[in-house]
Amino acid sequence: MAAVTERLVGTAPRTRSESGVWSWITTVDHKRIGILYLVTSLCFFFIGGLEAFLMRLQLATPDAHVVSEVVFNELFTMHGLTMIFLAIMPMSIGFINYMVPLQIGARDVAFPRLNALSYWLFLAGGLVLNSGWLLGGAANAGWYNYAPINIGQHVINGVSTNLNPGPDSMGITFYAIGLQLAGIGTLMSGVNFIVTIVNMRAPGMTPMRLPLFVWTTLITSVLIIFAFPAFTADLFLLTLDRLFGTGFFNVAQGGDVLLWQQLFWIFGHPEVYILIMPAFGIISEVIPTYSRKTIFGYSSMVFAIVAIAFLAFMVWSHHMFTVGMGPLVNSVFAATSMVIAVPTGVKIFNWIATMIGGRIRMTTSMLFAVGFLVCFVIGGMSGVMLAVPPADYQFNDSYFLVAHIHYVLIGGALFALFAGIYYWFPKISGRMLDEHLGKWSFWLIFIGFNVTFFPMHFLGVEGMPRRVASYPANLDLRLWNAVATFGVFILTAGLIVFLANLRKSLRSGQAAGADPWDGRGLEWSIPSPAPEYNFAAVPLVRGRDPLWVEKTYGDGHMIPYVPGGAAPEAEAGGHGHAAAEGHGEGGPGGEGHGAGHGHGIHMPNPTPLPFYLAIALTVAAYGTIFKVPEIMVLGLLGTFFFVFRLIYDHDPGHHVLPEEDAG
Amino acid sequence: MALRPRLPWRRLGLGAATAGLAALAACGRVPQTALHPAGPVAALELHLMAESLWIMVGVFIVVLGLLGYALVRFRERPGDTHVPKQVEGNLRLELLWTVVPFILLIIIAIPTFRDNFALAADQTGSNVLDVTVVGHQWWWEFDYPSLGIVTADEMHIPVGTRVELTLESADVLHSFWVPALAGKEDTVPGHPNTMWFEATQPGTFPGQCAEFCGTSHSDMRLLVIAQSQAQFQQWVQGFQQPDSTPQTPQAQQGAQLFQTYCATCHVIDGAAWQTTPLTKSQTGPTGFPIAPNLTDLSAHQTLAAATLANTTSDLTEWIDNAQALMPGVIMPTFQGVLTQAQEQDVADYLEGLT
Repeated sequence: MAAVTERLVGTAPRTRSESGVWSWITTVDHKRIGILYLVTSLCFFFIGGLEAFLMRLQLATPDAHVVSEVVFNELFTMHGLTMIFLAIMPMSIGFINYMVPLQIGARDVAFPRLNALSYWLFLAGGLVLNSGWLLGGAANAGWYNYAPINIGQHVINGVSTNLNPGPDSMGITFYAIGLQLAGIGTLMSGVNFIVTIVNMRAPGMTPMRLPLFVWTTLITSVLIIFAFPAFTADLFLLTLDRLFGTGFFNVAQGGDVLLWQQLFWIFGHPEVYILIMPAFGIISEVIPTYSRKTIFGYSSMVFAIVAIAFLAFMVWSHHMFTVGMGPLVNSVFAATSMVIAVPTGVKIFNWIATMIGGRIRMTTSMLFAVGFLVCFVIGGMSGVMLAVPPADYQFNDSYFLVAHIHYVLIGGALFALFAGIYYWFPKISGRMLDEHLGKWSFWLIFIGFNVTFFPMHFLGVEGMPRRVASYPANLDLRLWNAVATFGVFILTAGLIVFLANLRKSLRSGQAAGADPWDGRGLEWSIPSPAPEYNFAAVPLVRGRDPLWVEKTYGDGHMIPYVPGGAAPEAEAGGHGHAAAEGHGEGGPGGEGHGAGHGHGIHMPNPTPLPFYLAIALTVAAYGTIFKVPEIMVLGLLGTFFFVFRLIYDHDPGHHVLPEEDAG
Repeated sequence: MALRPRLPWRRLGLGAATAGLAALAACGRVPQTALHPAGPVAALELHLMAESLWIMVGVFIVVLGLLGYALVRFRERPGDTHVPKQVEGNLRLELLWTVVPFILLIIIAIPTFRDNFALAADQTGSNVLDVTVVGHQWWWEFDYPSLGIVTADEMHIPVGTRVELTLESADVLHSFWVPALAGKEDTVPGHPNTMWFEATQPGTFPGQCAEFCGTSHSDMRLLVIAQSQAQFQQWVQGFQQPDSTPQTPQAQQGAQLFQTYCATCHVIDGAAWQTTPLTKSQTGPTGFPIAPNLTDLSAHQTLAAATLANTTSDLTEWIDNAQALMPGVIMPTFQGVLTQAQEQDVADYLEGLT
């Protein structure tokens, strides 16, 4: 192992400015922001899980009334929103934040302050959305929140009508404003990651040497900046309809209820790939590392990522086969949807081919990767079945679809994120997770997940629609519903073991060292946890899997890049790529590539401005939700004030001297 | 009927509105399943579901086999420290697993396209029954324009006749789904849709709304009752020559109460007070009837979007406290407005409608 140096959590006493709450509020360090994302998303994950747990209790038996219809509808709505927008996506963004700069040999993201702002807006959006629970009812019309039920009270031909009768709550206003806030943050993240990956790669890190996690991040970011604007527009129309009685989604006022659906899925389908792409990236890191082999078919993997992203924008109407678009439109969207299976299949086979011929270590992380392969293939197959419109007429909006989406998002995205947690936790915390507990948690989660969700395929074709608060005893749905709820208990046990593992590791985990897995990427060439400046010296990348190249052809340490100096050529072996060209970029300050040349490494200063800006925008959000113009204006003035403060605030930065010389 | 014991629970808000159907389980009903098609549309859909499933199962076995092979054969053995050969790829293999899935998808796509168009073809001709389905929060309106019938929640159709459905909505999105007969199609406000199905065997086929439509979405059920031509004609007759004369003194009382409290929304064809066209309050803001037409109510098996049995006791319960049984429904609660006896009278009157 190429352990360079070891620095454990807490071995060096930190001053208050480095560890207090204020330091987290003002941080612009991509690693700390990444940790904030990871911890926050884990909290939201358990809130969403609790919502799911209550729903499964209700559905365990027919005609049950554990919760009322009103609450049940809020539960499934908030469960979907929480898991998609507040758990899985930000967990991916957390890993992206922490790992991408490390993997490309950068000292931070391109726009560290924007990065902090992204996080605070995500948190603000999540809190606004969830505050509906306490302030008069949470959103209750499903995560896709179809029109016209979402516009609620409306005048229809002179008669004031409530299209969402029962709970006349403001929940959907919290949806419209909360997701708008979080969406701004996500858009900024997308821009930030693209600029980072394009501009801040270490010398020699050419595009076709990028780790696949970086490739999936790049493509995910492209998906974000093209897909989210459609949702932004949709949310604005909804906000106007709800607050000012415009009629974009009200037929009686000349509106169109399908407008919401079209815009929603133009965003919503790419969103599914925004959720799964980083998972693909993580699997592409985990499998080669534990198989001790480079990824099989790198170029076709990159091509598959790009092809999937391209196709992701051309399939949205497969969510709408039953709205009556006609056989031609349905056939076209069926064809594009089926075609997505081809690049996805290429990825699956390439992952398996990576394992074949390797020397596979079945760590917990690898177990989750294998679990991902099995479950994601099942989800992909039910996806192809759903792409057949006449079959979809039966599957659509039934529990078959519930099974499909969970095979893709839990068996797919979440298993990959767990693989990522077990893989990268040592890098982030400096400590190992317990493998024994890890394996227990994997098997409980894997079995619990399948026991919960596989029977839902049967429930769907046996006539159980999704989003029902209860089902009658005479529909023969009793058995599989009971089995599904039983599975949830196993799944929950697995998650509790996982939490216990986290706690144990943080308290008394074994020190990880720089490179506990015999890693292949740049992130394993620096101490764990990564120092503030990441790389004491900017590394020179001499091939794909840069650290592996150094382990094979060099001395196991990254060679520092010397500007203008002659770069030693590595026989990059089978990698067959030209070695570094001398045009690398430095840290965020844009200064020197090396370190320790007298003035240290230039790093940005912490600042509370992004946090203040997010607070101001949150004030404006509540002013809008409760229709108090004074508060809205106050919030917006504050927002503009802090925007200009951020624009005109010159950050001289500061210089850090590396604690030790890496290499 | 085993309904009575449940009622106190309902008053506490703990019982389920759907319990009434339990009593119907033994009445020759087919389960709400897509796996036992009772007509050509559902059969064709099941065929495509099965075809794509078997191809996918084949793919799954191949993938799982390869994965199993990799895990068993190449798992690290104790003491093994060799560095595996770093294979970058293999163009032939990569082409193979690009092209083969593509071919499999074409095999699925061809019948898919064919059946897409087959299912979308409009059914016309003298032997086709036209029915308009209107989704309401939370009940189904079934109009037979050629027969002059407007009813709710139970659609009678003759066996062996193609039924062309026009789907509309009075308020929000709903989705019409009777799994044994056909897959679903949405009712979209402002966008009428069409679909067709046919029952090739008699039976009572349950269905329900499959698109979330508000608080009591899960209670929005329906029955399609496929009968022989003769039985169907009998049902049509009952509708076309309705008898709404109260037969008992209680029913007489009930008719008067109905006129005062219920006729504002509900229509009974042939009732003395009923005018044509409908009154303004009987028509909702979007031009569709605001409440179910109760003509020939005694011919119904169920009440309240097929969630209650059509008995005097269930009907009384519904009149008494519809909001507890179906939260948010437009039907008001008459508890405190009418006495229990008066509610019973109204129910007696309605159960006498033939």
